[in-house]
Amino acid sequence: METVIKQKIKQIKKGDHAAFEDVVTFYQNKVYQICFRMIGNKHEAEDLAQEAFIRAYTNIDRFDEKRKFSTWLYRIATNLTIDRIRKKKPDYFLDAEVKGTEGLNMYSQLAADQALPEEEVESLELQTYIHKEILALPPKYRSVIVLRFLDELSLQEIADVLEIPVGTVKTRIHRGREALRKRLRHV
Amino acid sequence: MDCKKEALALMHKYLDDELTQKEERKLRGHLQACGQCQKHFHELKRTISLVQSSSQVSAPPDFTKKVMERLPKEKKRTNYSRWFRHHPFLTAAAVFFILMFGGVFSAWNDDQQVSVSKQDNLVIQNQVVIVPENVTVEGDLVVRNGDLRIEGLVNGDVTVINGEILEKENQDNPLDGDKYMAYVSGDVNEVNQVFEWMWYQVKKTVTNIFTLEEE
Ligand SMILES: [Zn+2]
Repeated sequence: METVIKQKIKQIKKGDHAAFEDVVTFYQNKVYQICFRMIGNKHEAEDLAQEAFIRAYTNIDRFDEKRKFSTWLYRIATNLTIDRIRKKKPDYFLDAEVKGTEGLNMYSQLAADQALPEEEVESLELQTYIHKEILALPPKYRSVIVLRFLDELSLQEIADVLEIPVGTVKTRIHRGREALRKRLRHV
Repeated sequence: MDCKKEALALMHKYLDDELTQKEERKLRGHLQACGQCQKHFHELKRTISLVQSSSQVSAPPDFTKKVMERLPKEKKRTNYSRWFRHHPFLTAAAVFFILMFGGVFSAWNDDQQVSVSKQDNLVIQNQVVIVPENVTVEGDLVVRNGDLRIEGLVNGDVTVINGEILEKENQDNPLDGDKYMAYVSGDVNEVNQVFEWMWYQVKKTVTNIFTLEEE
């Protein structure tokens, strides 16, 4: 598939709209999924995913063809989404870490204490519940969890997308996994 | 084994598919002996399968279409230049009329004063503009209603409108002699007829349009 994509990129660089259309069709679900799982609502996810593709198109000359296109595209999508989350709720982004909570911040600590009432869990579809729990994670944990378990990227690929060391990816996955465990163990 | 530190670290390593055989034996040994860790491990594995079980979401059906509609349009410049290229005669005619109504003809007739685009270090004597021997003009030079004699150097195009380029003594035709070309790095144009003047303006205007569009 990568070779087909590489060919398409060459055509896009020459201004071929049809080649770009193929690339959008091919990656639309992946990109939309990243945005949706991170931002939480369909309307904004669609807007962000569209924006990610448009940025990819307008900046295509800056894409290094020796690299993997999907990594570059996902990076645009995650960066846009993280930016949007920051702009949306600046106070939400309290990243002050509380001692002894294994790196999770104050927000998640508070949220974890507010156990969901039993009947509410039952009334919600399991899907929606899990989706909400992922969204309750601070964005930096959310992004690794989404990329790892929903998009099934390797640790190295996640490191490339987020431009952070693999070690940091692992730490975030471990902490994100622990946080989710606390919230999902009653399900 | 320390449950909180070592066992937990091994569990996560296992979940990342990075456990060595030796570590795996170690972890398995501990889990068999420690109920607490066994529960924790079970919860972690279940958490992952719950997250993975949440269905894959798909982009809305008209997603690609919407992206394609939002793509930046082809720049207008390409549209203009294509039109000009395909309609050279109409372009020339259109520019001709623009210039006509813009008073170019009257400018041609009224303005008989000698003028030169660059004044620095140039000498004007009896309707002759002279680039002195020790002077180098940087950039294009335009002389109107006068002749031009180049004794120094011009680093650019030279245009003489309603006048001519005077030969230096002991020099052949300046416009095609190698000797002369050494003095001017760019194009040399002499414009003496109204029509030539028009054509010169047309070329200039069209070039300006394209230059502006490209910015
Ligand atoms: Zn233990």
